[in-house]
Amino acid sequence: MTSDIKIVDDAKKQLSMHPKKFGLWLFIVTVVMIFASLTSAYIVRQAEGNWFVFELPWQMWATSGIIVLSSVSMHWAYISAKRDNLESIKIAISITTILAVLFLVGQVYIWGLLVDENVFLVGNPSGSFLYILSGLHGLHIVSGVIFLLIVLNSTFKYKTHSKNLVQIEMCTTYWHFLGGLWIYLFIFLLLNH
Amino acid sequence: MATADIHITEETHHDGHEHDHDHGSNFWTTYIFSTDHKMIAKQFLITGIFWALLGGTLSVIFRLQLGFPEAELGWLRPFLGDWITSQGKIDPEFYLALVTMHGTIMVFFVLTAGLSGTFSNFLIPLQIGARDMASGFMNMLSYWFFFVSSIIMLTSLFIETGPASGGWVIYPPLSALPQAISGSGLGMTMWLVSMALFIISTLLGGINYITTIINLRTKGMSFSKLPLTIWGFFFTAIVGLLSFPVLFSAVLLLIFDRSFGTSFYLSDIYINGEALPNQGGSPILFQHLFWFLGHPEVYIVILPAFGITSEIISTNSRKPIFGYKAMVGSLLFISLLSFVVWAHHMFVTGMNPFLGSVFMILTLIIAVPSAVKVFNYLTTLWKGNIRFTPAMLFSMGLVSFFISGGITGIFLGSAAIDIQLHDTYFVVAHFHLVMGSASFFGMVAGVYHWYPKMFGRMMDAKLGYIHFWLSFIGIYLVFFPMHYIGIAGYPRRYYSFTNFDALNSFTDLNMLVSIAAILTLSAQFIFIFNFFHSMWRGRRAPANPWESNTLEWTTPINPGHGNWPGEIPTVYRWPYDYSKPGAEKDFIPQHIPFSETLESNFEQENELIKLEGTDSKAIVIDGK
Ligand code: HEM
Ligand SMILES: [Cu+2]
Repeated sequence: MTSDIKIVDDAKKQLSMHPKKFGLWLFIVTVVMIFASLTSAYIVRQAEGNWFVFELPWQMWATSGIIVLSSVSMHWAYISAKRDNLESIKIAISITTILAVLFLVGQVYIWGLLVDENVFLVGNPSGSFLYILSGLHGLHIVSGVIFLLIVLNSTFKYKTHSKNLVQIEMCTTYWHFLGGLWIYLFIFLLLNH
Repeated sequence: MATADIHITEETHHDGHEHDHDHGSNFWTTYIFSTDHKMIAKQFLITGIFWALLGGTLSVIFRLQLGFPEAELGWLRPFLGDWITSQGKIDPEFYLALVTMHGTIMVFFVLTAGLSGTFSNFLIPLQIGARDMASGFMNMLSYWFFFVSSIIMLTSLFIETGPASGGWVIYPPLSALPQAISGSGLGMTMWLVSMALFIISTLLGGINYITTIINLRTKGMSFSKLPLTIWGFFFTAIVGLLSFPVLFSAVLLLIFDRSFGTSFYLSDIYINGEALPNQGGSPILFQHLFWFLGHPEVYIVILPAFGITSEIISTNSRKPIFGYKAMVGSLLFISLLSFVVWAHHMFVTGMNPFLGSVFMILTLIIAVPSAVKVFNYLTTLWKGNIRFTPAMLFSMGLVSFFISGGITGIFLGSAAIDIQLHDTYFVVAHFHLVMGSASFFGMVAGVYHWYPKMFGRMMDAKLGYIHFWLSFIGIYLVFFPMHYIGIAGYPRRYYSFTNFDALNSFTDLNMLVSIAAILTLSAQFIFIFNFFHSMWRGRRAPANPWESNTLEWTTPINPGHGNWPGEIPTVYRWPYDYSKPGAEKDFIPQHIPFSETLESNFEQENELIKLEGTDSKAIVIDGK
């Protein structure tokens, strides 16, 4: 039996990855494709003219800052897990979750500001796109928050530690991805609004 | 490291329950909420067969209208109710609904879910030597998302305003405005919800297929030793993973246009002289998004069929597949190209002619890898020791359809000719041969070939032959005349041609097509009978009925959970050692080491024996 196990590992070393982590990356690919297609649609539509131009609220810089900070705290959680520092995992994940919720609140607040600027979901596609992009991203953030809570829960059950990193690793990957995705969307909107 | 963990748990689990496979399982976990890839494959297959029959029936109903416009169809009332008007005619709007649902069902529910769902699930673990998919749970979810999506689509057929009617491509504004056609009301909403679930199902499946192929291959199963079926499923899953999310975006924006009043696709529309409030949208945008999925989708439909055909043709020609690397390369090249040709469906949207030419050239380049595949099929057959099993006949039928349908693709790919032919029956002929029929034949071939592995019994070959000839001749009789009808200018999706003087000819040809369609559909019942009857009454299958090389035939005749009762076999050679000079038998399965076939080894293979060693556990990673 023991020798068996070793072989499985050996013969596959070159390519093998944890199937779940690999699956997560593939999932990320699908999300990338959704946003890539939406931003392409944005550009194609913009090129056709009749495009209502408006200023992005400066508060978007703030929410972008929050999401970057949350990535930092997420990474802190990951490193703490590697070092078996359970207390700081809990703190770090809690901070990340709070920042995530703050981010969401900020985004909704920004929608309100946009409405004050007379940019509506229903109306010129330039505004509709903004709501769709940030809304869809927000939904993904919600899924990320759920993931964070799951990890937090298993940390409390002492299931997250240096010998059992898969879950928190996946969560970290996903969270960094979501942050990066927002930064991409933000820069995209800055350049193309 | 982590992989090892998984194998430990699986293996110990397995040893413990070797004599008791059904330990802790009941009817529900075995047949309904099963996580076993073989059972999920059968679920996809049976659901797919159901959809195929329904889709086929819908097409016969609208063919009745086209072939016999004067006929009295009152007898359909018990089934279709008020969709048959009081004069005994099909309601014109229902005609459009029929065409739409036929297309949607066939493309997505039969040839995507039915085909990939069945064979990727069934064959990937068996042929790469894995105990199951990477995630059995996700696999089960994939089926159940498909199931719910199916239920919603099916229900939409029975609602009062009728199912979606804007064509399977659901172009807005038609599909966006309930005022335009009654099918764009609730029916369209259900279509969109159903497709959103369908996309989730496909993505869950695809993620699983890719992960499994990359991570769970058995010892020695390097990429260069993978059967071409697996290569086909692999590229299909990747293409699906990259293109279905784009359909999701398209659908999402359409949902917002329909239900929340946005104007992504709508602008300057007047209904009964009144302007709609929507301003600034672009319907062409939808076409771009749709065809960015839509074109890869046609390859999602054909690539698994290619894989299945390669395997069957090689096995039954008793010859190695001609140009293994070229086959893999052409699959790859086709997959890449499929993402950069979508606008050939949009030549008449008023696109910039320069852009049109770019897309035209890219489109025509697809003919090259396609021709490579055809060439290799033919050269594999050439001078082979052909065994005409039903599966083999259907595979050869695929090649035939692919040639005759592919050639017309080249006509359509030329923008100048397409302007004449776009949206005529010529296009219908093209894609039904190259995609519909070819892929359908691939699927049926797969069922005949792997039926013994699925159900432990053989299907009846004689019925298979009858099924093949009726289908083969029937399909050509249906689709070949459509080329003429199309060149003569008949537009597709028209309810009736008899109102136009210019289109009043060809009624006889249309009649012939309709009769052939009825015959072809009837012939499928032979298959259905054979399929279900053989499950209980078929001859018991031997372990390796087709004398094939791939790993699935090394499992027990009725493989249990985990597929191999003991250790998973190790792979030493590629899957196409048929009729190797000097060999005892005309096939050498993949798990036979070179040290046991000294008489037939090539020089470089003798070198590999050293690496096999006495300890059969140390294994060559890549035989090159
Ligand atoms: C040599 C390769 C091929 C070329 C150059 C080609 C070209 C084209 C073109 C230009 C059209 C658009 C016609 C029009 O709407 O005016 C078309 C339609 C279509 N093709 Fe192909 N094609 C090829 C192979 C294939 C294959 C292999 C499949 C499927 C497996 C396929 C499936 C379809 C389908 C489904 C449509 C119609 C979609 C619709 O409008 O409903 N084609 N093809
Ligand atoms: Cu195409």
